[in-house]
Amino acid sequence: MTQLALVIDLNVCVGCHACVTSCKEWNTSGEAGPMVDKNAYGENPTGTFFNRVQSFEIGTYPQTETVHFPKSCLHCEEPPCVPVCPTGASYKREEDGIVLVDYDKCIGCKYCSWACPYGARELDEQQRVMKKCTLCVDRIYDENLPEDERKPACVMSCPTSARMFGDIHNENSDVSIAIREDAGYQLMPEWGTKPSNHYLPRRKIKIKIHKDELERVDNPLSKEERKRHNAPGKGPSLDDMTTW
Amino acid sequence: MHPAFSVIFLTTLIGAGQGLFLALFTGQIFSQFNLMPEQHNSNFYVIGSLIALVLMTLGLFSSFFHLGHPERAWRSAAKWRTSWLSREVIALPATMAGIFAYGLAHYMGWTSPIFTMPGGTAVDATLLTGLLATILTYTLFVCTGMIYGCIKFLQEWHSPLTVINFILLGTASGFTLVTTLSAYMKTDLTSFYASWAIFFTVLALIFRLASLRRNKRIKPISDLRSAIGVNHKNIRQMAQGSMGGSFNTREYFHGKKASFVKSMKVIFLIFAFIIPLVLLGASLGTPSAYIIPLIAIVIQFMGLIAERWYFFADANHPQNMYYQQIS
Ligand code: SF4
Ligand code: SF4
Repeated sequence: MTQLALVIDLNVCVGCHACVTSCKEWNTSGEAGPMVDKNAYGENPTGTFFNRVQSFEIGTYPQTETVHFPKSCLHCEEPPCVPVCPTGASYKREEDGIVLVDYDKCIGCKYCSWACPYGARELDEQQRVMKKCTLCVDRIYDENLPEDERKPACVMSCPTSARMFGDIHNENSDVSIAIREDAGYQLMPEWGTKPSNHYLPRRKIKIKIHKDELERVDNPLSKEERKRHNAPGKGPSLDDMTTW
Repeated sequence: MHPAFSVIFLTTLIGAGQGLFLALFTGQIFSQFNLMPEQHNSNFYVIGSLIALVLMTLGLFSSFFHLGHPERAWRSAAKWRTSWLSREVIALPATMAGIFAYGLAHYMGWTSPIFTMPGGTAVDATLLTGLLATILTYTLFVCTGMIYGCIKFLQEWHSPLTVINFILLGTASGFTLVTTLSAYMKTDLTSFYASWAIFFTVLALIFRLASLRRNKRIKPISDLRSAIGVNHKNIRQMAQGSMGGSFNTREYFHGKKASFVKSMKVIFLIFAFIIPLVLLGASLGTPSAYIIPLIAIVIQFMGLIAERWYFFADANHPQNMYYQQIS
């Protein structure tokens, strides 16, 4: 069984919104589009997005840090949004685990959006159907694209490579290795939705240095050592300095 | 959650229609089993069923305003195996058909016994259709309640109290309505109905207070720590990824001040329960003055609209954690 998913590295994401804009650009002009934009140049611009980058401040000043947090549909393995859909417009694909909405069947009742704890679904105000991330299903299988471009638009655009794409059911895929080795986690695991998308936590690279590592105790070139050695008759032999 | 008037009217109107039917049938059972003076005025049942059908049709009509594509509504019967909403979509017309059959049986006077029960009670078409419609009515109540009750992370709704309250509030308003009808048509059942209406209104009040109490004590299972996966007590949102709001900021927030929500609670407790109880008590003594229960049902219905508004506003969706700060 394949389960395609994104793995997002919060340690790398700089909050530049490149994934947001390239997602919108690809999808508004693709099969999932158009994605409405209202008052794009007005006071309260609003519209449909599949992916949003949010920012959180952790801690209390001055001990704070900012976490940029991209959020889109997590393509849950147990998606609560699917069984509630009365029309069957929302479904999870057997072959690759992508959760999709059939825009021709959706009646826009919004019930699925109530049943997603992550707020990943947005009703398009123009088409009046439910929309959400498709994992660029119209891209990743497109044989007209060069093979290394058969990835979601967000993954392609991320300038820091904070986004990875792959099959989390394949233990040897890049995403599985990243999840396993870099402490990948799921959002709100308490609801049993088993999100497929994973996040990699912030990790600080720290090295432990002990004092004796900073200052060499037996440094023959230190002032004290040299004084001692330079005393008459006590000068260093070549063996004290080098080995060969 | 954002209280949508389409859904508020749907649930309160069909609830009252269902309750009205249950009241009619209760009256019939009591007289059929000779627990009460026989009620021969079949017009009462016919008109009652008709009013129930009108209420439910209005509810159904208002539900269409909730949909983005009402013309595709027929598709929503497809997934009844998994979706309570789909089940409701089937149960609603089925219940209406049942109530229609019940009214029709009375209208046509199909009262000759089809068979006789061991106790000597004659069973006729009105009783059978009534029984069928009762089962359907309760099925519909359960479906409607479970639409809200089945979403486990909406903790305010995820409780048997949700279904119980839908049943009791609908039944209470239906009995108040039938009291009015009975007083207007001058049947002998008015005091009987008024006392049942008082009983159900009190019962509904008890269970509604129980759910208010429960919801007040709810501890949210998710917090920002599990929402973004950072283990720190002090997390503050700086930006939510949109400047002018989004579907997420509109659909899941009531958008009113806390004081407004609180006043809605007081209003619905007074309008849906206290005033109707006083008026119903008054109409116990004066069963012919239909104006008293009429005022009672109008006020109670307004109260129930406020109640439903509060029901939605009270539910706190976990996605709101991601949308606390616009910038
Ligand atoms: S993130 Fe939400 S919309 Fe996506 S599969 Fe999970 S529950 Fe469904
Ligand atoms: S809005 Fe569309 S996809 Fe969502 S539950 Fe309703 S019909 Fe299904």
